[in-house]
Amino acid sequence: MNETYSLEMRQIVKTFGPVVANDRVDFRCRPGEVHALLGENGAGKSTIMCMLSGVYRPTSGEIYIRGKQAKIRSPKDAAKLGVGMVFQNFRLVQTLTATENIVLGEKSSFWRGPGWLRRKEEEIEAIAKRFGLLFPVDRPIWQLSVGEQQRVEIVKTLYRGAEFIILDEPTSVLTPGEAEQLFETLAQMKAEGKTVILTTHKMKEVMAAADRISVMRKGRMIHTIAKADTNEKELAKLMVGKESAAVRRESRPRAKGPVLLEVRNLDVYGDHGRLALNDLSLTIRAGEIVGVAGVAGNGQKELAEVLNGLLPWKKGKIVFNGREFKTASVRGAIEAGISHVPENRMKSGLAGSLGVVDNLLFKSYRSGERSKYGFLRSASNREWSQSLVEQFDVRTPGLDTPVRQLSGGNQQKLLFAREIHRNPHLMVAVHPTQGLDVGATEAVHRLLENLRDEGRSVLLISEDLDEVMQLSDRILVLYNGSIVGERGREEADRETIGMYMAGIRDEKEEAV
Amino acid sequence: MDLITQLLVAALSSGTPLLFATLGGILIERSGIIQLGAEGLMLMGAVAACLTYLHTGSLALTLLAALAVGAALGLIHSALTVTLRANQIVSGLAMTLFGTGLSAYLGKSITGQPIPGAVPKIDLAFLEPVPVVGDLFAHLDLLTWLSFLLVIVLHLFIHRTSWGLHLRAIGDNPPTADVMGIPVQAFRYGCIVVGSMLIGLAGADLLLVYSPTWIEGMTAGRGWIAVALIIFARWNPLRAMFCAYFFGAMDTIGFKIQLIGSAIPSYFLKMIPYVVTILVLMFLGYRNRNKPSGSPEALGLPYIREQRF
Repeated sequence: MNETYSLEMRQIVKTFGPVVANDRVDFRCRPGEVHALLGENGAGKSTIMCMLSGVYRPTSGEIYIRGKQAKIRSPKDAAKLGVGMVFQNFRLVQTLTATENIVLGEKSSFWRGPGWLRRKEEEIEAIAKRFGLLFPVDRPIWQLSVGEQQRVEIVKTLYRGAEFIILDEPTSVLTPGEAEQLFETLAQMKAEGKTVILTTHKMKEVMAAADRISVMRKGRMIHTIAKADTNEKELAKLMVGKESAAVRRESRPRAKGPVLLEVRNLDVYGDHGRLALNDLSLTIRAGEIVGVAGVAGNGQKELAEVLNGLLPWKKGKIVFNGREFKTASVRGAIEAGISHVPENRMKSGLAGSLGVVDNLLFKSYRSGERSKYGFLRSASNREWSQSLVEQFDVRTPGLDTPVRQLSGGNQQKLLFAREIHRNPHLMVAVHPTQGLDVGATEAVHRLLENLRDEGRSVLLISEDLDEVMQLSDRILVLYNGSIVGERGREEADRETIGMYMAGIRDEKEEAV
Repeated sequence: MDLITQLLVAALSSGTPLLFATLGGILIERSGIIQLGAEGLMLMGAVAACLTYLHTGSLALTLLAALAVGAALGLIHSALTVTLRANQIVSGLAMTLFGTGLSAYLGKSITGQPIPGAVPKIDLAFLEPVPVVGDLFAHLDLLTWLSFLLVIVLHLFIHRTSWGLHLRAIGDNPPTADVMGIPVQAFRYGCIVVGSMLIGLAGADLLLVYSPTWIEGMTAGRGWIAVALIIFARWNPLRAMFCAYFFGAMDTIGFKIQLIGSAIPSYFLKMIPYVVTILVLMFLGYRNRNKPSGSPEALGLPYIREQRF
């Protein structure tokens, strides 16, 4: 109960079944600081914050707030103690307006006429203005951009009088410009004496925004340090547990291959009849990795789906390997040699309750090697699966283990095994390293680079700008369903790409 | 009275039980729980009302009995779906099968006994001279007026009160509602119990006002129509009113055609409401093909707090 700490978590343990998510974690915050909680995906940052905000209950350990032991059994308890959290997946009701979402849970005033609503809207706008968080208060959430939704979330915690504000990976959904704006808001909160806790795995943010930094790794608290006393290199070392290799690989100049995929003036309608791809054109040559950067929801999903035959297009044409696609057909795309690593591997990539063999068979069961007269060749299929599992280093207890039980990294390797062994001409990989640890990420990156080195092509769609910049030979930026900018590997820098991501077009290109 | 006015009057009287059941269903489904037990609940409400009225002769006790039976079955449905997280479709179907069977057994001794004039009519003599309005509203019974009131109350409840806001949040996104400190499970219990009471009342209304004799299976699929009406009305009480009267009209139009003396066999005429149900579903599905359905996002999903997300 040191007086300099306004918040203390002591020896927190949290287990989910056999998995230990937090192992005796200590965490302390001073009043009026911006405290960054740094760690890889899966290091246990979100878990410990969820316990502070009452979503999870610790298996053991104690929490002290303002020197007094706190029992946080529910989000309600947390709110009473002045703890508010902005989750990575926003907790907003899509059909309600911003104001309704913010006052949700408020007990006062059973009757809520138009007058009451107007007063609340004014109150909320005043808070929003004070912290530089602007959004339309009377619009339903589904009409707001992701950045605006995040502002609604932050105002929600402020409106409820939170003194401790937890932001879980706040910049993962923002453009670099929006992130800048967010950091200004954090500074304002600090100036008003609020304690801000920021979980992230991005070093740049930590150095830009934090006063003190706590590093977590594999469910344990490694170290807490003031920003002034450290540097990026030391933090990276603490975070991954080993000196991380120089991220950017040597680029090798290579001969340009022939055009493999040509997409011209494509219009595609997404969910609810929204124009998701708008007059989109792109070209992919053999033997290159083309990265697609952009803020989520600008047509990435639809681009991947249309290339894999999952979504029809309204206008334009797709020519692959010299043949024009006539209609959207998944089987057509598979047979033409397009592989797909979908955004959500457990939703549209693998069947969780089926075993390794069945999952590997999904795209090749029709071939004569795998089946005869409509019956699967079980024995030879098992041998074949075993060889793939070994080749791609998938760690699995057995060939019949439901793939749901594998770790995220091994699931992804299994998926790559299925998609790569068919020797595709083009692989469309969407967020291929989402939720993977360093080792698995490394393995996936190597697989993609090997494909390229064999003269095959990769369309890499990712929200992680660093990943796109590290792997791609060319970078395209998707905004509002169109490609708004293109940069070669050498000429790409974060600033320009960030401008494109925010929809600011290059004047030079506009003139052409 | 001309034919159109006659049809309107008939639509009102046969639409009122549908309206009660639809309103109850809307309240339940807005909280995110699927409601397929309406047929059984209505039958149980009807048989409870009939038994109570024949034994006591008191309207208040009769209505209370129907409400109580609805509440009891609602409590079972909520215990199954909210606490035990059983499949909501299976639980709803079980309510229907259970209610149908038990009501038939309980009603054996009273089958065919008439119950005349149990619900008092409210005479508004000053309305009588007004054309159409007079025919419609001058001699309506108490329960029909109650149904009008309920539409308004439920509409205001959902859109103008703090609890209504909680309800909309729970039906769309229970984890968010939970994080905001709203007791999700308790709210769902409340909605299911009160909604089921309204469906029980729908059964009582059908028996006391519309066809005042207990006959086994007397709802004849009206519970299912109410389930469809919830969807047609897109979970909105005001729209529910129009939808219920539209189907009430379809229900009676067969009789009217028969009265005119048409050669169409009566079996076909009795099919009209159900055929219309299918046609309206097809039409709405086509018209709204690119729009969200308006259905609560979390409909049918049990909520468990400590789930990794």
